[in-house]
Order: sequence, then structure tokens, then C-alpha cells
Amino acid sequence: MENLNSYLIVSAVLFSIGTIGVLTRKNVIVMFMCIELMLNAVNLTFVAFSRHLGNLDGQVFVFFIMTVAAAEAAVGLALIIAFFNNKESIDVDDVNLMKW
Amino acid sequence: MFDNVWLIPLFPLIGFLINGLFGKKIKNEAVIGGIATLMIFLSFLVSCGILLQMIGLPPEQRVFEKVVFPWIHSGNFKADMAFLLDPLSCVMIMVVTGVGSLIHLYSIGYMHGEEGFYRFFSYLNLFCMSMLLLVLGSNMLVMFIGWEGVGLCSYLLIGYYFHKKSAGDAAKKAFVMNRVGDFGFLLGLFTLYWWFGSNHNIWTINFTEIKAASHLLPYGGVVTVVTLCFFVGATGKSAQIPLFTWLPDAMEGPTPVSALIHAATMVTAGVYMIGRMSFVFVKSPETMMVIAVVGAATAIFAATIGTAQNDIKRVLAYSTVSQLGFMFLAMGVGAFTAGIFHLMTHAFFKACLFLGSGSVIHSMHHALHKIHSNDDAQDMRNMGGLKAAMPITFLTFLVSTIAISGIPGFSGFFSKDEILWMAFANPYHGNLNIVLWGIGAIAACFTAFYMFRLVFMTFFGECRINPKAKSYLHESPLVITIPLMVLGVLAVVGGYLGMPKILGMLPNYFEHWLEPVFELATEYGSKYAQHGAHPSHAVEWGLMGLSVVIALVGIGIAFTMYVKNTELPGKFVATFPTLHRAVYNKWYIDEIYDYLFVNPCKAFGQFLWKGFDVVIVDGVVNGVANVVMGFSGILRYMQSGYIYNYAFSMALGVVVMLGYFIFK
Repeated sequence: MENLNSYLIVSAVLFSIGTIGVLTRKNVIVMFMCIELMLNAVNLTFVAFSRHLGNLDGQVFVFFIMTVAAAEAAVGLALIIAFFNNKESIDVDDVNLMKW
Repeated sequence: MFDNVWLIPLFPLIGFLINGLFGKKIKNEAVIGGIATLMIFLSFLVSCGILLQMIGLPPEQRVFEKVVFPWIHSGNFKADMAFLLDPLSCVMIMVVTGVGSLIHLYSIGYMHGEEGFYRFFSYLNLFCMSMLLLVLGSNMLVMFIGWEGVGLCSYLLIGYYFHKKSAGDAAKKAFVMNRVGDFGFLLGLFTLYWWFGSNHNIWTINFTEIKAASHLLPYGGVVTVVTLCFFVGATGKSAQIPLFTWLPDAMEGPTPVSALIHAATMVTAGVYMIGRMSFVFVKSPETMMVIAVVGAATAIFAATIGTAQNDIKRVLAYSTVSQLGFMFLAMGVGAFTAGIFHLMTHAFFKACLFLGSGSVIHSMHHALHKIHSNDDAQDMRNMGGLKAAMPITFLTFLVSTIAISGIPGFSGFFSKDEILWMAFANPYHGNLNIVLWGIGAIAACFTAFYMFRLVFMTFFGECRINPKAKSYLHESPLVITIPLMVLGVLAVVGGYLGMPKILGMLPNYFEHWLEPVFELATEYGSKYAQHGAHPSHAVEWGLMGLSVVIALVGIGIAFTMYVKNTELPGKFVATFPTLHRAVYNKWYIDEIYDYLFVNPCKAFGQFLWKGFDVVIVDGVVNGVANVVMGFSGILRYMQSGYIYNYAFSMALGVVVMLGYFIFK
């Protein structure tokens, strides 16, 4: 594929946006959405390489990543709800009970 | 019958186990006391059997060794659990089991009503077992087991009333001082074993083998070291200067304990040990002189202290120390037979005296208890005129006092006179002899004085007890008075076994009996003995008469001061206040020892505690903990609770790992 680099650059940019989002956003749900964004960026990379190398292994791995992402999202949202029941807030600065 | 010698220590061991394990459940006092007394009485019967058999044998065949089981065989070292029977050990087992049986019987009455009744009898049986091991042991290790065992039982029994702090302190004092002596004993044992082994390849601690090889020992030199070490052991066990202060304090124990352990048996272990190893001791003229001098010094030192004491048991305790001094004086001048003879007669009359004082104390205690008085039942100043209330006790006590004072016709006269004569006439110490005799004679005078002082203050004169208690004073029951009577009779007739030759009425059975045991020692001694002119019979008669006169003088002074002119003691104290205070306070020996030994030891212990244990050991342990805490104090700041920090560190970690793999 002659425009492999374009796909990789898009993927890298998506990944960085996701990382910065995780590191800076206040809302916990937005943080999760950024994590999903990071995972999808990785998916894009895998598919691009799979098309480039003509090997289906990458696309199979994408299935695995999607499954894991779904499960992780479910568990994470359950955690957020449990946390909200305690603290009435979804501001990530309020998650500080483990502070020394 | 010789073959059954192993039964003699076994019976008291069985008694100890039964009473010790099951005594608490057997609530019946008669059963507990009966078992204990029966056991020791069985040992007595076996001892009698052995004695009778031994009498029937010619002197050469009277030595018998019985190996109960082979015990330690390790390389060159060989020690079996074996017992040695010879005339000397026969005398000792008769004394121990005989007097022991009587005291067990006495204790059934005396300890009536005590909680811990079973404990007393189990300890008493354990003590008898240990003492029998000591005197029957055929090698130094078995003797040492008994040696240690009697020290332990002494501690257990002195501290019998463990609720009283003074009793616990006295028990500890006795045990620690005994231990110091035991250390000397061990040093002597090791040195002797090592010397024989490394110089002659004879590796043995068996008495018979050492005796057979004793001609290889040099005179003086290493033998002086060995014997002095053994003598230190004897001073600890037999309460000589300097290790005697535990014995008066040991009177905190019940009176039967004082009678058995601190009059008749344990304290004689040192004398027996010297007798058993006489052939080694004699080879060191220096040690013999030390023993004689220490014995004489102790005799007079303790006698002076005894004159001023008011507690009836204290007087008897100092009297014991003094009489032991006489025994050591005898051993030190080579009169081994006389020493053992005095050991035997002393066991009779001193046990009788202690048991008699127990009877008095028992009655006083009972009377004072009835009127709820807190007066000291043992203080002679509260007694007086008891001969009317307690005739049997009085009679046996008087008989034993006459015996200890050395009045002719009673046992003490023969043994003590023999010692004084040998102190004067022995061929070993030259000009020192007359000094030794003089000190012994003065000590004998003091003995007569303070013993009769005791009798006059307790049994004669007006009754100084609280008048309300007077009617409650009564004679003790038969269980108590029968042993008193038996011992009283022995205190009279026991001496006729060893009548000196010049009195000519009876042969000296005792000396002939023990002669083969000590003839090797006499032979060694004759090598350096000064064969000067042997003092004549006239001198012997003269000295005998002189010692009787001295005893009568002592009795006379006591009579004058305590019966005729009872204000004389008060005037004496007023004229010599410092002297009296010094004598009454035991010449401040305990205070001196406190200053020299006890306080530095305590200070050292304090230093090790505060300085070493707290600062160094605890410091190291706490220091390690503090270091860990310091580290964690720094590391905990990583737990900021700030989610972005955690997310950032995760991202950073990924970047680092990627960078590593890219730039590898």
C-alpha cells in the first residue's frame, strides 16, 4: 500500500490525542472515551499493516482488541457508577482516597 | 547383700516420684508422710544388712564396687553409674538413712497442716537420694551428681515457705554460695583427670583406680592446686570460711530441714569428700595446713557469733558451722577417722538439738497463735522455764547439749577430745600444732558456753512468754518425741564406738573399722611427717583433763550469767557495747560481702541491662525499624492520590520501554 504512512500518521495522531485526553480531562467518562480512542487508533494501525503485509493476522488481532475494549468499558463504567454512589461526583480529582 | 546396694538410693527416688507426681491428689497426710518415711526406712534396713554383712567379713574383703549400668563411654572418658561400698561409705549410709528416717518420722508431726505437705516430703526424699548418691558414688561424676542434687534440694527446702521474701532470698544465697564451691570442685576434678591422663595416660575419675594410681602423684605442686580446688568445694558445701554465711540464713527453712540438711547430712559432704580422697589430700602438706587453719578459724569465729544470738535456730546454725570447723581441723591434721567420728556423733546430737528446738518452736508457735500474738516463737528472750511444760524435749535437749559440750561419758566428748588431741599431737604441722589446739580448746569453751546459755534461757528460769499463752504450752506428740528420744540415746551411747585407747575400757571400734580406708593416706603422710618425740600418755591425760575443765568453765560461766545473776548479760553488753554489736551483727561479714561481691555484681548486671541490652541490642533492632520507616517516609509520596500522576507514569513507562527497544 503506497499510502501506508498516511494511515500510520492518522493513527499516531489519534493515539496522541487520546493520551493527552487521558492525562488532562476532568470528567471520568471523557477519560474513558479517550481510552477507547487510543484503542481504536491501535486498531487502525493493525488493520493498515495487515493490508500492507497481506497477512490477516492483524485483523484477527483487531477482533481481540475490540472484545477486550468492550469488556473493559463495561467494567470501568461499573466502577464509575460505584464510585458515583459514594462520592456524588465524577470529577477525577475527587478519586483521592488512596492518598498518603 | 552388697549386690543390693543400688536399692539404697532407689527407694527415696521412688518416694520422690510418688509424692511429687501424685502427692497433690493424695490428700491424706499420713499416707504421704508414711510413704516417704517408709522409703527411707527401707534404705536404712538395706544399709543395716550391708553393715552386718561387712562386719562378718575380714577387713581386706570389705571393698565392693557395684556397677548399676554403664553410662558414659566416650573416647578415653569412662564413667559408669556405679556404687562403692567400703567401711567409710557404710558409716555414711547408716548415718544418712538412720537419722533421715527419724527426721522423716518427725516431720509427719511437725509439718502437720501445712499446705504443700506432699511437696516437703517429695523434696526430702529427693534430698536423701542425692545424698546417698554422693556417699555411695564410686567415681567423681556420680558423687558430683549427688553433690549438685543436695545443693538443689537445699535451695528447694530452704525456700519451702516461698511466700516469704526472706526465705526465697536465703534459698538463693545458699544456692549461689554452693555454686561457687561447686566450681572449685569441678576445677579440681578436671585438673586431676587431665593430669593423670596427660602425664601417665591413665584416664579415670573412679576412686578405686585413682587410689591405685595415687603413688604416681607428686607431693605438692599440681596436687596442691587440685586439693585446694576440692577444698573450695568443701568450704561451699560445708559452710567454712569464707563461704559459710548461707547456713545461718538457711534457718528460714522448716526445722526438720535444718536438722537433716544443715546438721547431719549435706554439710558433712565436704568432710566425707576429703575422707574419700584422703590419699590425694595428704600428698599436699600446704593444703593440709590450709584445711586445718581454716577449720580452726571457722570453729572459733562461728562460736563467737553464736554467743550473742537470740534466735534459737541461729545459735544452733552457728554451732553447726563451728563443729564443722572442728571436723575440718581433724581432716587437716591427718586425723581422718576422728573427723568422720565427730561427723557421726555430731549428726546424732545436732539433729537431736535441732529437732528439740523444733519441738520448742512448735509449742511456742501454737501457744502464741492461740492468743493471736505476733511475738517471735523462735526468740529465746520469749522463752524460759519450759522444762516443766516439755519434759521429754527438755531431757533430750539437755543430753545433747551435754554431749556437744564435751562432757565425759557422752558421745561428743570422745570425738571432740580425739580431734583436739590429734590437733596437738599430729606429726604434720610442727609448731602450729599448739596454736591449733589452743584455738580448738577456746572454741570448745565457747561451745559449752553458748549451748548451755541456750538451755538456761529456754528451759530454766522464769517463763518470759506472754502470760496468756503460758497455759497453752504443752509437750509435743509422740511422732515428734520418739525421734528425739532415739537421737538422745544415740547422743549418749554413740560415742562408745570410738573410745580412745588410753581410757582402755573398750577397744576403739570406730578407728579399727576405718583404718583400712585411710591407711594409704597415713602411709603417704609418713613420708614427710616430722618424727619427733611422740607426746607421752601423761600429756594425753593432761590435755583430756584440760578439755573437760574448759568445758566445765564454759558451763559455769553460762550458769552464772543466765541462772544465778541474770543481770550480768545486760551489764556485759553495757560494758562492751561495740564488741557486742560486732558479735551480734555476725562481725558484719554479710555487709562486707555485700560491699565486695554482691553490689559490684548487681552494678554489673545493671550496666549490662541499661547500657548494653537497652542501648545496643534494642538500639540495633529499633534502628533497623527506624531505617525502614525512613525509607518508607520518602517513598510514600508516590501515593499522591492524583489520578493524572498515575496515568502519566503509565504513559512514561510505555515511552521508556519503547525507547529501549528502538535504541537497543
